[in-house]
Amino acid sequence: MAEDMRPVLHCTGISKFFPGAIALDEVELELYPGEVHALLGENGAGKSTLIKCLTGAYRRDGGTIRLDGEEIAPQSTQASQDLGIGTVYQEVNLLPNLTVAENLFLGRQPMRRGFISPRRMRDMARETLSEFGLSINPDEPLSAYSVAVQQVVAIARAVALSGKVLILDEPTASLDHDEVELLFSVIRKLKDRGLAIVFITHFLDQVFAISDRATVLRNGRVVGTRLLGETSQTEIVTMMLGRQLESRIHDRAPAEAGKTLLQLCDFGRRGMIDPFDLDVREGEVVGLAGLLGSGRTETANLIFGAVQADQGTVLLRDRKIGLGNPRAAIAHRFGLCPEDRKTDGIVGDLSVRENIILALQARQGWFRPLQRAKVNELVEAYIKALDIRLASPDMPIRLLSGDNQQKALLARWLATNPDFLILDEPTRGIDVGAHAEIIALIEKLRENGMALLVASSELEELVAYSTRVIVLRDRRHVRELRGKEITTANIVRAIADETVEEPA
Amino acid sequence: MIRTTHLPLAVTVATFLLAYTLCAWQFPAMLSTRVVANLLTDNAFLGITAVGMTFVILSGGIDLSVGSVIAFTGVFLAVILRDTSIHPVVAFALVLLVTVSFGAGMGAIIHYLEMPPFIVTLAGMFLARGAAYVLSTDSVPITHEFYDTLQSLYWKAPGGGRFRLIGGIMILTFVVGAIVAHRTRLGQNIYAIGGGQATARLMGVPLARTTVSIYAISGGLAGLAGIVFSLYTSAGYSLATVGVELDAIAAVVIGGTLLTGGTGFVAGTFFGILIMGLIQTYIVFDGTLSSWWTKIVIGGLLFAFILLQKGLTWATTVRRKPAIDFAAQS
Repeated sequence: MAEDMRPVLHCTGISKFFPGAIALDEVELELYPGEVHALLGENGAGKSTLIKCLTGAYRRDGGTIRLDGEEIAPQSTQASQDLGIGTVYQEVNLLPNLTVAENLFLGRQPMRRGFISPRRMRDMARETLSEFGLSINPDEPLSAYSVAVQQVVAIARAVALSGKVLILDEPTASLDHDEVELLFSVIRKLKDRGLAIVFITHFLDQVFAISDRATVLRNGRVVGTRLLGETSQTEIVTMMLGRQLESRIHDRAPAEAGKTLLQLCDFGRRGMIDPFDLDVREGEVVGLAGLLGSGRTETANLIFGAVQADQGTVLLRDRKIGLGNPRAAIAHRFGLCPEDRKTDGIVGDLSVRENIILALQARQGWFRPLQRAKVNELVEAYIKALDIRLASPDMPIRLLSGDNQQKALLARWLATNPDFLILDEPTRGIDVGAHAEIIALIEKLRENGMALLVASSELEELVAYSTRVIVLRDRRHVRELRGKEITTANIVRAIADETVEEPA
Repeated sequence: MIRTTHLPLAVTVATFLLAYTLCAWQFPAMLSTRVVANLLTDNAFLGITAVGMTFVILSGGIDLSVGSVIAFTGVFLAVILRDTSIHPVVAFALVLLVTVSFGAGMGAIIHYLEMPPFIVTLAGMFLARGAAYVLSTDSVPITHEFYDTLQSLYWKAPGGGRFRLIGGIMILTFVVGAIVAHRTRLGQNIYAIGGGQATARLMGVPLARTTVSIYAISGGLAGLAGIVFSLYTSAGYSLATVGVELDAIAAVVIGGTLLTGGTGFVAGTFFGILIMGLIQTYIVFDGTLSSWWTKIVIGGLLFAFILLQKGLTWATTVRRKPAIDFAAQS
């Protein structure tokens, strides 16, 4: 990177406020022509807000954006596209029903005597595509091609329309390995042409494979910008997670090995998570650690049957079972508290009481309603045990605060008296006090002999309650940490794919 | 090689050819130019309406008002020609102005108020039909020498078939329609909206202008169909052409256009019209079948084509092509 080169895009002091939250706080970003600049950060770090300010989808509340030295303030994605900032999203924003050529030239078709000239359009499309190393038939509908090819067509259109800055927002999220390579070869060509490329992804390997520099955001602030040749994955992960790599030794006595409850063999689904083996014993908390998009939630959903696995076998107490759907899982006494409780968990307009008994009633079958007295008894007991604060069990659950909703969801599954409980981000959006209560509850359930699988992005939390931690990375189970190995430092190292330090 | 997007069209054409061969095999008289000429003349108004409907359905919308607009146009012309001394050509221009604005108005409501086309054009259907009743509840005959002149224009083919003016207008409408669909930016924008409105907006398609144009075209073509219908029947009657909007939709779907929008051809609709006309002709030739069999056969055909479309959509999503230069490497 030449130091004397002028940045093509220079953002200084970008701020964006939402009611009650600062989404971006004085963010600084410099893009040089011919560089691939990775933008990194966990969920809520402010990546997408920054991109939306750049593309004009949001209006910034402070700061300046200079493109080629000129200050710009795009009001719409269209305006920023005309200025030279093109964006390609994970979901390909092209029309599957039109042909490749029509997609490339929509709105700027070559005309002859007032009518579109399909022949010229085809020739021009061929030419453009060959520049990107694609020899596909431009007369085929776009939907005939794979997502990777569609992605490249979208990039070709964006470059043709804009041509200064190209923002790639998680372009590789749904691609397999070969397709990622195809995309990278295109990115390298564009880099040689002098485009400034912003690359957003959760896959650290890909960041190191293609990017020159990386800017890490956390909580709306820039943590730092690094030349990737001069840094390590551990440093980047540490910057993203914002934790000191203190070696806190896991001080719990090794868990008494209960009987093996669940054995998953070669369990997985193509394009979602690589096949993995996993044993879960009674009285054990298995933690799932990894960056966002590494496959934590996918693992949880797969085991619960919310998404069907396409390979592998499941043994429950040494008997083979099928997990085709959540009903089957519930019948086998599984429970799942999902990550996004607003959409996948609560039924907002039903009362707290109805929400709590939902899973139990569903397992019983709708033709055998639970007796009212028994329902009340159950609900009262759980409200008291979990300290759910509410005016009345008859109020709609959407009126409860986040922590109380989460506790009500836990109550829903505890009421079914499960053998195996999966918790996906059980402490997200919960205040500190309730946080500790939920951790204590997990401990208690474990001591009572329940088997738990907990996915969380809070490493300290995982360290606190897990008897084993499975580390995921790029949708693969890469490491298992046991006993004294379980420290935040080791988890971070495993995520960054470095050797784990043996406990002293 | 037939591409998957062309397959519904190919199936429609093949269905028509097969059906026509079978009909001709049973009744060789069906090959005469008379039958062909009548096929065009009898279905002229429906064909013109269906061209407009093709645009609407390609964009992912629906227009239920066209049948009422045809009736309104007929009554409007009949009343004006009876009560005033306006020349029919001026009356034609006037009624087209009314129907185009009517369609454009519905398009504007659909776009700016973000209302579903189904509801808006349903309201339009009642409005137009009501307006026709207000003008006259009786059938009003049209007697004007200009009408006689237009009706007497025909080309007599060898074999006695009379290819009349209105059949020609229909074919011309189809040709112009096909050119607009495939060779103009408006046409491409209509396909784009049918493929996905949000995406089309992101790709810079002017949604407002295009949506208003689509329904203006549909309204205008329904007006033209009304003129043709008045030439065909020499009268205007407010109870006429009830349910024609549904026949037009059927013709479009049988012609291979996806009801979800984005895929289809104007030419397919032409064959859709011919198939529907052929069924009716066959029933006339047979003489023993109830004319309601037309509806049953069309119903069956619709089901068959919907299944075909579902199958194709499924097939195209399953068989995705890999990147060609990559297949070579690995």
